[in-house]
Amino acid sequence: MIAVQQVSKWYGDTRVLNGCSTTIAKGEVVVVCGPSGSGKSTLIKCINGLEPFQQGRILVDNISVGDRATNLPKLRARVGMVFQDFQLYPHKTVLDNITLAPIQVAKRDKTEAEVAAMKLLTRVDLEEHARKYPAQLSGGQQQRVAIARALAMNPIAMLFDEPTSALDPEMITEVLDVMIKLAEDGMTMIVVTHEMGFARRVAHRVVFMDMGEIVEDRPTTDFFEGAVSERATRFLSKILQH
Amino acid sequence: MQRYQWDWGVLFREPYFGWLLSGLGWTLFIAMLAWAIAFSVGSTIGICRTLPNRWLRAIGTAYVEIFRNVPLLLQMFLWFFVLPELLPREAGRWMKRDMPNPELTSAVLCLGFYHASRVAEQVRSGIDSVAQGLSRAGLATGLTLGQTYRHILMPIAYRLIVPTLTSEFLGIIKNSSIALTIGVLELTNQSRQIESFTFRGFEAFTAATVIYIAVSMVALGLARMFERRSPIKGMMTREANS
Ligand SMILES: Nc1ncnc2c1ncn2[C@@H]1O[C@H](COP(=O)(O)OP(=O)(O)OP(=O)(O)O)[C@@H](O)[C@H]1O
Ligand SMILES: [Mg+2]
Repeated sequence: MIAVQQVSKWYGDTRVLNGCSTTIAKGEVVVVCGPSGSGKSTLIKCINGLEPFQQGRILVDNISVGDRATNLPKLRARVGMVFQDFQLYPHKTVLDNITLAPIQVAKRDKTEAEVAAMKLLTRVDLEEHARKYPAQLSGGQQQRVAIARALAMNPIAMLFDEPTSALDPEMITEVLDVMIKLAEDGMTMIVVTHEMGFARRVAHRVVFMDMGEIVEDRPTTDFFEGAVSERATRFLSKILQH
Repeated sequence: MQRYQWDWGVLFREPYFGWLLSGLGWTLFIAMLAWAIAFSVGSTIGICRTLPNRWLRAIGTAYVEIFRNVPLLLQMFLWFFVLPELLPREAGRWMKRDMPNPELTSAVLCLGFYHASRVAEQVRSGIDSVAQGLSRAGLATGLTLGQTYRHILMPIAYRLIVPTLTSEFLGIIKNSSIALTIGVLELTNQSRQIESFTFRGFEAFTAATVIYIAVSMVALGLARMFERRSPIKGMMTREANS
């Protein structure tokens, strides 16, 4: 469903992605990890065309992201994205945050969009907060709204960029639970995270990045049990200590 | 030295009272029309300065630098005396002969385009202060760049800059007095007129001062009311909740 082929990207003179290749099949959950600055965020931003890249190809559902002729808004509408710092629209209620894209992009009828949004809110267990503003919610609740907002366009895949790393420890579980449910429902997901428990539990594969390169790309058990490169071992021992 | 004999009554005698009133009327008229130009042109230029397109950004920057850095008085003369000579012959002749009320029109255009350069900077800073992350979030749901501006960036940016926009409007009212240099009978000019007819300079200019202050107070009051009515609710309650 998503194919990343020999992708390289530069910011000015610095290369931040270096010949990255991987494929994600329909229904597959892939966890991406690696040290800070290794290019994880950049990679997933490239996948839905939020960042341009200079070399290689990315195909999403057989559409080439980097192609000049590609209708990026249309493509992005089919790929949900969740950010580390939620990025809810502060001037809109929870419900309006979720219905904005369905109404404006998918041209859905307002009441129909709101009914669908309420269903999503029930799914993330926030239906009683529909009329609140983002700032009235806790971090964990905001992130669950952000997930509902991304789901509102019925995406074929979801991208998560460290969805729990801005959260207080007691809120991490509630967000991970929603993501686990999504994974179990068969959603195609790319998740940048250092939550190795989550990776072990739902990821089919783990991709390890370092200095812009994909160093490891293996089935989950293989990644945790098998012999991995020295760079990955060092990284794993560091984060598993915490 | 003789003591000055105050005669406030002169202000309420005809025709002087009428002059003051009509002066106030023209001042408000010029300010409103100039504001309409300043707000719409300024918003457009300000938005241009934040767009990804290099050319639009350059045009925006050039506009701001030119209009902001040429003294307003000089701009008034340029619009009124020089522009008709620079235009193609037909257009120039039309401006001098047939354009309705040339002084007034020149004053409105001059003030409008000058203040637009300042509004542009305020709009730009408003947009810039809405985190870049929010526009990413909008784009990621499939909104086009235009929709992202319309539904997310602009509503937040405008509400953030209501106070500076208000003082900009007050600035236009004050600067409209410069229109007297090209013969517009606005408030300051009318009070000068009264002075030269009655030698009651103190009374006339005091009256003008009081009227300017009163108008500013009313405008400020209206802006406050607007601010109170349409807060960015989410942003106002952040402190209250955390
Ligand atoms: N807009 C930018 N301009 C220049 N360099 C950038 C920009 N954004 C990111 N970089 C650089 O690109 C590299 C990869 O950044 P990226 O955000 O993808 O890393 P990451 O793996 O997500 O790190 P983290 O775990 O800290 O989020 C870093 O060295 C970063 O400094
Ligand atoms: Mg990152």
